Amino acid sequence: MTTASHAHPTPKTYWLIALALAVATAIEIAIPYIELLDPVRAPLLIAFGAAKFVTVVAVFMHLKYDLKGYRYVFGVAVVIAILLFIVMLSVFRAL
Amino acid sequence: MATATDGIFEVDGQTDFEADGDPIHRTRKTAMWVFLGSEVFFFGAMIATFLLYRHTTNGGPGAEIFNIPFTSATSFVLLMSSLTMVLADNAFQKSDQRQGRIWLVGTALLGLAFLAGQIFEFTEFVHEGLTISTSPFGSSFYMLTGFHGIHVAGGVLMIAMLVAFSLRSRLSPDHGMNVELVALYWHFVDIVWIVIFTIVYLLQI
Amino acid sequence: MTASNEDLGYTPSTKGLWSWITTIDHKRIGILYAVSSLVFFIVGGLEALLIRTQLATPNGTVLSADAYNQLFTMHGLTMVFAVIMPIAAAFQNYFIPLMIGARDVAFPRLNAFAYWLFLFSVLLLTSSFFLGGSPDGAWVGYAPLSTQIQEYVRMDYYSIGAQLLGFASLAGSINFVATIFTMRAPGMTLMRMPVFVWMTVVSSFLLIFSLPVIGVGLWQIFIDRNLGGLFYEAQAAGDPLLWQHLFWIFGHPEVYVLILPAFGIVSEILPVFSRKPLFGYSFVVFSGIAIGFLGFGVWAHHMFTAGMGPVAEAGFGLATMLIAIPTGVKIFNWIGTMWGGRLTFSAPMLFTIGFIAMFLIGGISGVTHAVVPANTQQHDSYYVVAHFHYVLFGGAVFGYVAGAYYWFPKWTGRMMSETIGKWNFWIMFIGFNLTFAPQHILGLDGMPRRTYRYADGMGWDVWNLMSTVGAFLIALSFLFFIYNLIASYRNGKVAGNDPWDGRTLEWSTTSPPPVHNFDEIPVVHHLDDFWYRKYGVDEEGRSVKLTAEQAGKPDVVVEEHGIHMPSPSFYPIVASAGIATLGAGLVFISSGPIGFGVLGVGAVVTLWGVVGWAAEPATREAH
Repeated sequence: MTTASHAHPTPKTYWLIALALAVATAIEIAIPYIELLDPVRAPLLIAFGAAKFVTVVAVFMHLKYDLKGYRYVFGVAVVIAILLFIVMLSVFRAL
Repeated sequence: MATATDGIFEVDGQTDFEADGDPIHRTRKTAMWVFLGSEVFFFGAMIATFLLYRHTTNGGPGAEIFNIPFTSATSFVLLMSSLTMVLADNAFQKSDQRQGRIWLVGTALLGLAFLAGQIFEFTEFVHEGLTISTSPFGSSFYMLTGFHGIHVAGGVLMIAMLVAFSLRSRLSPDHGMNVELVALYWHFVDIVWIVIFTIVYLLQI
Repeated sequence: MTASNEDLGYTPSTKGLWSWITTIDHKRIGILYAVSSLVFFIVGGLEALLIRTQLATPNGTVLSADAYNQLFTMHGLTMVFAVIMPIAAAFQNYFIPLMIGARDVAFPRLNAFAYWLFLFSVLLLTSSFFLGGSPDGAWVGYAPLSTQIQEYVRMDYYSIGAQLLGFASLAGSINFVATIFTMRAPGMTLMRMPVFVWMTVVSSFLLIFSLPVIGVGLWQIFIDRNLGGLFYEAQAAGDPLLWQHLFWIFGHPEVYVLILPAFGIVSEILPVFSRKPLFGYSFVVFSGIAIGFLGFGVWAHHMFTAGMGPVAEAGFGLATMLIAIPTGVKIFNWIGTMWGGRLTFSAPMLFTIGFIAMFLIGGISGVTHAVVPANTQQHDSYYVVAHFHYVLFGGAVFGYVAGAYYWFPKWTGRMMSETIGKWNFWIMFIGFNLTFAPQHILGLDGMPRRTYRYADGMGWDVWNLMSTVGAFLIALSFLFFIYNLIASYRNGKVAGNDPWDGRTLEWSTTSPPPVHNFDEIPVVHHLDDFWYRKYGVDEEGRSVKLTAEQAGKPDVVVEEHGIHMPSPSFYPIVASAGIATLGAGLVFISSGPIGFGVLGVGAVVTLWGVVGWAAEPATREAH
């Protein structure tokens, strides 16, 4: 069998997560229309986006339940990429 | 039979490959995650380019051209395709090929719907004066979303191949194409869109 | 006793062109890479000799400016992508599975695909000489020079050729990482792997993370040239500096990719020819990893004269000085390995010691580049040309030639001639230094690079002449090398399994190894496990050769199911031919309908190759 390990989400979990993602998306779309939130719009949207990203990676892509090595490989890629492009854009004073 | 592994590529401290199904699967999954690591840099560079040029509109249209409600709908469609994909993978793991095929077809259809939405959106933008040669903003927007679309199309093609192989009873965990690996690719393409949707469409800073 | 063909499950054909076209054996693929590398070294070398002939005297008339621009561009592209990358790939392909006790790499067909894509891409790039003109914008292809001249296809060969080569290297790198992380023999933990394997892990990750970035840049050049893109169009407020960033974010890690495998080879050779373990194994490994991480933080040191501002310049200058530290650590470890050892100065050792000395010189000139104000003087002068040739030729080439002399016996079962090897080394050493040492002086004296001629009376004449003489001496030394390869292959002394009394697992099997590498997979208990099967240690810590009785039976894996090797396949070459054809179509996409025609053919062939590959089982069953 190709299942990775003992803890394994069920279809029910997947449906619930999908629902949570849909709700989060709806909230995200509403945020730019709420003037009150203008000063915190960017951090809020980035936080939501990051949360959705991590959720899909951890649950749908199974990374939470899988071998640690996969997490390290992907995690190092994400961290280096983010830092690298922040540095690059800073040189352009574009950030 | 013991196989060699080192801490981080071991399962629960066991080195016996039976604990994680077959070692070939572990090798393939490692390769897929490494490949996805490279794709992080590919899309990262295009997103960085877009961020550099987000205001460089050369007198042409800028972010005001976006139709947030429409793109929200297509984004939702792609997000849900991750659900159908993980359900497909789940079905194949339980050896229910028929159920798996149904969810795979669903995923492919949602993916095609997303692509149709992209094409519609692009034709609208072209009519409104934003092309790849209008401005650096235009070039970087179309390059980023265009390559993303190509990746989605590639994913749909792979899903089609999985369905075909399954119908000919040539889909099994050990050889031929691997549903779990295609699923990883598909989810990745989805999360890239989550990032693009947030940074390009919603943030508009 | 070697396994019989029935055990393998099928009878592999080993003779004839078809067996090479369909091979998925990592050893054969390694040989294909090595032969290709040597052939293109001759091509790149001829390009260099033409350049040096033009520059031998002031106001040279051997080459026009246009021809000169194409030649120095192709010389750089050829040497980096068609010589050094493939020779590293050759050694990695051949020896990684052997060194970790595996029977092949993780994805044998992907391995073959990567080779064929490499070959077709380099052929596409080289065909530019005859079909439309070669790239002429330097190997760095700076915009807007690379994007604005659209009357010729030249830089389209550049943007597509480099892109395709990137795919090939990416495929190879993913393969190596998957192999090394998941297919090691039992007991071979990460800290018991040979240094060469570690260096391959690091260089593979460098490629995996950096190639996509230049991939984006190259697509941007393509889009600007062919689809009206404005990425680098200053008139539309595009910024050509973006290209420089994207290029060097790849380009800097790339130079570590070129040198790390050579670091690995040298770390294998020194212990064997000093009869001492590598000094500070973990330091060597961790400094390699440090170089990998830091290598992503220094790229803009190639851009100190681009006007980035003092903060960026100071930051990158500092990071560049930092990266000298782990490299220095390695050099001390190599010297420490030799110190107190019983040294044998055979050819592999000569080239290795030459490597250390020459790389050190190149490294030092590199540190002078890190000093930002000095860099302003050095940039785009011959001082830079001297620096990178010291590290890439004095370093990488010497290291890979050392590897050739070291591993030739394992590949062929025969020893290379020591006498010719010594002639090879000394002529190459003298020729190399004669070529490139004067270029430090030329650079500091103001001679610009990438310029097809220089005026009389600049004081540059004698150094240029010396440099040209040296270049011809290098060519002569390579004649010795090639002669040695051919003559030794035919008539060299029979080598046996372990001619050098080696420490790593490849020496435990036959020369050359059987297709399945090992009759029995070893179980590993130490770093340098093979050494400890041969030698024990006495009370004073000295190595004592074990008798057969003392050595006992080697600890091996018991395989109940027999050995199943993957079957040959022709889909890799088909798929790679398809992708290369797609590339050729893109090169000519703006030249009329022919581009679209070629694109169509490429798409069909690619689809055939990919679908056939997916449908084909990896291992053909015997019945």
